Amino acid sequence: MTAISTAKPGSAGGRSFNLRKVLSYLGMAVVAIYCLAPFYWMVVSAFRRPQDQFDNSPIPAPFSIKNFTAVFGHDVGFQRALLNSVIVAGTTTLLTLVVGTFTAYALARLDFRFKNIVLGIIIATSMFPPISLIVPLLHLFTNIQWINTYQSMILPSLSFALPLAVWNLTAFFRQMPFELEYAAMVDGCTRGQAFRKIIVPLAAPGVFTTAIIAFIAAWNEFMIALSMVNKKEMQTATVSISKFTGAYGFDQPFGTQMAAGVLVTVPLVIVVLILQRRIIAGLTAGGVK
Amino acid sequence: MTTTTAEPGIAAPVKQKKRDVQGSGRLAAVLLSPTFLVLALVVGYPIIEALRESLYQSSQGLDANGFVVKGDKFVGLKNYTDIFTGAKSHAFWNAFWNTTFFTITGVIIEVVLGIAMALIMHRAFRGRAFVRASILVPWAIPTAVSGLLWRWVFQADGVANAMIGHQILWTTEGFHAKVAVIIADTWKTAPFVGLLALAGLQLIPAEVYEAAKVDGATAGQTFVKITLPLIKPVLLVAVLFRLLDVLRMFDLPFVLIGAHKDSVNTLSMLAFDEANNLRYGPAAAFATILFVYVAVVAYAFVKLLGADIMGDARVRKTAASKRAKKRASATQEVTA
Repeated sequence: MTAISTAKPGSAGGRSFNLRKVLSYLGMAVVAIYCLAPFYWMVVSAFRRPQDQFDNSPIPAPFSIKNFTAVFGHDVGFQRALLNSVIVAGTTTLLTLVVGTFTAYALARLDFRFKNIVLGIIIATSMFPPISLIVPLLHLFTNIQWINTYQSMILPSLSFALPLAVWNLTAFFRQMPFELEYAAMVDGCTRGQAFRKIIVPLAAPGVFTTAIIAFIAAWNEFMIALSMVNKKEMQTATVSISKFTGAYGFDQPFGTQMAAGVLVTVPLVIVVLILQRRIIAGLTAGGVK
Repeated sequence: MTTTTAEPGIAAPVKQKKRDVQGSGRLAAVLLSPTFLVLALVVGYPIIEALRESLYQSSQGLDANGFVVKGDKFVGLKNYTDIFTGAKSHAFWNAFWNTTFFTITGVIIEVVLGIAMALIMHRAFRGRAFVRASILVPWAIPTAVSGLLWRWVFQADGVANAMIGHQILWTTEGFHAKVAVIIADTWKTAPFVGLLALAGLQLIPAEVYEAAKVDGATAGQTFVKITLPLIKPVLLVAVLFRLLDVLRMFDLPFVLIGAHKDSVNTLSMLAFDEANNLRYGPAAAFATILFVYVAVVAYAFVKLLGADIMGDARVRKTAASKRAKKRASATQEVTA
């Protein structure tokens, strides 16, 4: 039996193995092209000269950074938009981590009643459509003059960032060895000390990954920033890009928009590629059983 | 936080077990309260307030004595009847069907493409790291930027038309606008489904496939009878996430096609538009309807198909630690 089953793939398998290999590489190429081609097109279009904008050649013939200099033109105010995005996404991430770490620790480590209900509530909140939060909050913020402020963008952003962070952190915390914490407590640490001195340093990579995921989610946010702000100086980068106006009336300045798109995306892509293993672990933590 | 645990720790070091449990409950409450405070403020309050606001209309008029009355007026269910049968019913049902159409077609395509990608990556000999890295690129791009990117691709003289050799005005009203939105949406999210499906595939032990091979199963049979059932739990979670995400779709049609376009108007866009025009009552009614829609879909999905969103997180008396370990090793495998 064993002899047959091992002999068979060996004799007939030579060609089919190669075919499988070729098919596999072909499939991978298709996946990579599917994912990267549109992104590549954005980069290519950004590096064309504005007058070559409608050129469809795969490589920008006269290479130009004119679109990028246009992004930082005085009338565009893109620097300010980037700064706003950093402030909003950064503060959201920071608040989320501070609040979420404690909760995730409790969920991963402590035994208490209603734990399933607590988890359920946290997951459920992340599934609410943001518009049903935005409408009343917009009304409220209008009444208390919070429109065009950072807090009017940061507070609603917590609604999606916090459950995301709690979820990721809980998954990370649960993977850490229980025994270390108990050992520390046996050695005389209080639970708080055990948390600070043992868990926090061990959890640092997980916390950092969660920070990246939360930051990306907040950085990519569009609807809240669009609703809560109507002053140009307070727009975040995503809103600002979508509202770029062309030099000639109704012309949409795609070249400039692609350049700005590259500017807000490439840093994220680089960070994501460097940390890809951790981020995939974080993203799949919620899904894998 | 330290004091709450330190005190009983010093007071009764002998009753280790009991102290631990009691301390845990109190500590848990302390640790959980900030999150729940925030969630109550930014999620709980708005949901309830939206429900209340949906029963009001802002009005400015003269009362019986000729005085100017400004403020919210209680109108009962008028906002809802307006939406379902009244003046706004056309826009509502249009947006409702658009949202449903995007959700069903989008999620089906994403799942099929996602599984295909996962299978390709799972069978990979070399270069898996590169493909996995490229899969993260669409995920990392802001939806608004991807909307612009696809608007650029779908321009009248853009690259999409150049490639198919037809002149289609993708970003104008019509079915092609829906197609454009679905293409852009699946581009961004199918890789994510693929990532989850791959994680599921890597949990299937190789022996199962070997056994199927010994029994003479064809590739198709193996896929339908073994692979699909075994990745079903992971897929269900992915599908649920995607369903709820598409149901609230806003950024992509808003940027790619534009506001006030019947072909792609979604419920979120409709509510946003009402709120933007300071019609908070109707906006809240639209938002509440969407909320209920999302809740019903999520509930039905979890109940009917048994999607286990909480998974390992749920407290399971005996199997918990074993499963956690299994999951930990699985996640490592995925990332290796």
